[in-house]
Amino acid sequence: MALNKKIAYINLTDGTVETKPIPIEMRKKFLGGRGLDAYLLYNNIEAGVDPLGPDNALLVSAGILVGTLASASARTHIAAKSPLTGYLGSTNMGGFFAPELRFAGFDHLVIKGKAEKPSYLWIHNGNIEIRDASKIWGKGVRDTQEIIREELGDRNIKAVTIGLAGENLVRYANVMTEIKNSGGRTGMGAIFGSKNLKAIAVRGTMDIKIEHPVEALEYDKKIISQITAAKVSQEQGRLGTLFIWGATNSQGLVRTRNFQLNQLENSDDIEPEAFEDSAFGMTGCFGCQVHCRAKYIIPDGDYKGVYDEGPEYTSLGAFASLPGCTDLTTVLVGNYLVNDYGMDTLEIGSMISWAMELYEKGILTDKDTDGLDLSFGNEKAVIEMVHRIAHRKGLGDILAEGPLRAAKKIGKDSIKYQVHVKGMSNLQSDERPTPALALGIATASRGSDHLRSRPAIDLYHLPEPVLRQIYSQPVAYDGPLTSNYIDYEGKSWQVFWQEQCYMAVDSLGICKYHTIFLGPNFPNFEEWSKLLYYNTGLELSPLDIWNIAESANNMERLFNLREGLTRKDDWLVDRYFDEPTKLGIPLIRNRTIDRDKLTKMIDEFYEFHGWDENGIPRPETLKRLGIDKEPSHLL
Amino acid sequence: MKKMLVIDYEKCTGCRLCEMVCSVKHEGVVNPARSRITINKWETKGIMVPMVCSQCEEAPCLAVCPTNARIRDEETGRVIVNYDRCIGCKTCVVACPFGAVSFDPVANRIISCDLCDGDPQCSRFCETGAIRYVDASDANKMRQREAAEKLYESMQKMDMASIS
Repeated sequence: MALNKKIAYINLTDGTVETKPIPIEMRKKFLGGRGLDAYLLYNNIEAGVDPLGPDNALLVSAGILVGTLASASARTHIAAKSPLTGYLGSTNMGGFFAPELRFAGFDHLVIKGKAEKPSYLWIHNGNIEIRDASKIWGKGVRDTQEIIREELGDRNIKAVTIGLAGENLVRYANVMTEIKNSGGRTGMGAIFGSKNLKAIAVRGTMDIKIEHPVEALEYDKKIISQITAAKVSQEQGRLGTLFIWGATNSQGLVRTRNFQLNQLENSDDIEPEAFEDSAFGMTGCFGCQVHCRAKYIIPDGDYKGVYDEGPEYTSLGAFASLPGCTDLTTVLVGNYLVNDYGMDTLEIGSMISWAMELYEKGILTDKDTDGLDLSFGNEKAVIEMVHRIAHRKGLGDILAEGPLRAAKKIGKDSIKYQVHVKGMSNLQSDERPTPALALGIATASRGSDHLRSRPAIDLYHLPEPVLRQIYSQPVAYDGPLTSNYIDYEGKSWQVFWQEQCYMAVDSLGICKYHTIFLGPNFPNFEEWSKLLYYNTGLELSPLDIWNIAESANNMERLFNLREGLTRKDDWLVDRYFDEPTKLGIPLIRNRTIDRDKLTKMIDEFYEFHGWDENGIPRPETLKRLGIDKEPSHLL
Repeated sequence: MKKMLVIDYEKCTGCRLCEMVCSVKHEGVVNPARSRITINKWETKGIMVPMVCSQCEEAPCLAVCPTNARIRDEETGRVIVNYDRCIGCKTCVVACPFGAVSFDPVANRIISCDLCDGDPQCSRFCETGAIRYVDASDANKMRQREAAEKLYESMQKMDMASIS
């Protein structure tokens, strides 16, 4: 049968491993990946555990459609209590790891305890072994994977690993696979480090059975054609996500010089097309035809000749617009360093540019920076700070702690200049002109984030009938919907719908670029229902999948509430309300978010969820979804 | 007319969709270990090269087979396995200079590309054109045209240089 992959409980303290089948009832309730992880997290962690202590549970999983003929079904999900926010820790990444995990016989790993000495896991055709990691501890991301392959004598091994940042417990360390696939946000790499776990290596030759192979092949072909025919996919396949930076910066939607401007001027040298000269083709994740990663060689400077992949929108933001730089090589080098150290490029860009604003304001001085000139636009200082944060040297040690802890250590009114939600830094986009996007980051379950509920297509000013077609299925919606992205009306429903959509893809294991994220005509609930049937035999209607996403979103909410989250955490920093945008096209200039209108949006957003005015799920909501007796410890 | 799979590794993105659809077409499962085509990847250099049976005219696998189980399908020119005769000695696996004959670890039998009976799924699904199924006598044409274009461009540059 198709759904025969197992769950393994691994205790690093005493070295025990227990494997179990995953009952079909659990699949019908939470699918896999992020959905089932939401359940497992709530059931395997006690309230109030130290995120960096042995009692935190680290979950690694594959979505239920990973490695099947569902286009771009390559996603690995990793979850734990976050050392950055103290709330939900959660990250979703592409690459080749999750399919290989399934070829090796597993869908979900629950890792607890702490290894006595640096270790890594070796998972091979149903077997799990805890091995000595002394040869790879201290190594960068790419060397670690190469050494593991050499040690185990198999070139085809796939691994997730941490770099120096994870070992040094940088609170926004990533888990990485291959050259640049990043499990970023919420510091899951630090959880690996805290458990003395350097890497998880997998390799398998076990089948992923396709229940209806002929139909699955033809349906995959149809969906691939639908996706690759879209202009947005073609642009992405040529320039990667850099194209988003170019499109949004030209309007004035890019956070610049920390949060002082909303557009990087004089950007000719770092427009997406400028990167094509250093690139020599594109690469992609398992089974994906969009191929959104550029392969490039650093053209000059200290790292001349080094191969890397990307950079993405976030690295262009982190190493150009946020610190006010316009040097292409700095972006490429910064991208390479965060990939090899294994650090969240988004978080580090935000932390460094925040420090730059503090330096400009005189809150940080040369004494604090050990003589480093942290002026905006100083490219060398940006790169130097990346090293110092990864190694936790000087000011880097403070910035490695993330927004809230760093602001507490620096003191004065440094917190005033922070741009975060729930203690996690905001993306490099500027949401002051776009209420829908602002609501999304204010309420996202893992802290400020664009990959949890952002209705990115809102930026296209789509006609209302098109919006209605998208946003009124698989559940009916006849409330307002508005085309203009500066409006507030109807946007709370779009954010709610996208939250459901993204939970569904994260549980299926499909990339967000293959659903309604950047393209309005992409597959969603209807298509997933068919993909599930053809590939796994599971018969779930579009509405069933919607309900599963709702259950999983509520499990994440319950987790956050249990850790002390309240309504006031679903909110933006004052700068969004008090400092108007200065640049960009006329529509975007002089915009702020209105406090009262945002409050109303949040009220509506909670109401759609069946939550009360404090953002707590009502008992009847939990009962309707069948999650009113959690933790239920069924798996 | 003989048709063949032409590989242009510069166009390959390394996504391995070809491996997936190959194993589904032949075995009803996704399992790269059972695919007739394999992408070889040098991850730290960004190099990806698909490898698949070339259906050689003077096929070593056919020559070394002790039971005459490797046979040529005269109609299409492809080299296939007669499983009634094959004893699984794997001599063909060793003999192939491209490593394009492999041993299926689940079914315990020899596998190699059979061109999906004339509709190869790998090339059908490859959107980048890294794997194309074309008439053998035309196989060089696209490469030839690309080379001609480069030649033309460099000649233009020379002309420009001589003018300036």
